[in-house]
Amino acid sequence: MSDLSDRIQETIDAEPVVAFIKGTHEQCMCGNSERALQALRSVGTSFIAVDVLPDPAIRQELSALSSWPTIPQVFVGGELIGGADIVQELAASGELESKLNEKLGDSWRNGGEERTVAVTDREDPFRLAG
Amino acid sequence: MSELLQTLLEGAFPDAEGVEVVDRTGGGDHFHVTVVSPRFAGLSLVDQHRLVYDALAEPLADGTIHELRITTRGDA
Repeated sequence: MSDLSDRIQETIDAEPVVAFIKGTHEQCMCGNSERALQALRSVGTSFIAVDVLPDPAIRQELSALSSWPTIPQVFVGGELIGGADIVQELAASGELESKLNEKLGDSWRNGGEERTVAVTDREDPFRLAG
Repeated sequence: MSELLQTLLEGAFPDAEGVEVVDRTGGGDHFHVTVVSPRFAGLSLVDQHRLVYDALAEPLADGTIHELRITTRGDA
């Protein structure tokens, strides 16, 4: 396990709802990542976003941990619940709220706070370029 | 390119009741695939989509597929 892999796993384990996306919660750089965030917002949960763009290794290590090849990836209570299609589907059917209740109790209904955290010290080259 | 995805999915899901591949943009790299197969019965959506990713591992890895949307159903 690399340090980066450890930091990714720690983030997944420590945070109730984590979305690994391209970009940040404020400046999403990908339609699929945006769909996943919108699905989370639609049920009003707080979440942490992790930008995978600063370093290609984030995506490689994440996919190795999760056995999921694409971005975004959304974790609830340490478990991968899906990419954009599944999270959108779960939100539409009401199952996303059930999943949040099952994994987190009532604690996710806490105001819909959003922030982006880093798992590496590298800057996002795309954001610098923009 | 849609034909390649269709062939790979039909090969991976020989018992599928339906396989549909839509080139979303016409550019040959943004796809929406729908697979209806009894093999999905009892599996979580995550595991259902993993089976589709496995079937398309090669075009995903070599960049042929730039963006993929997946819909899976256990029955028609």
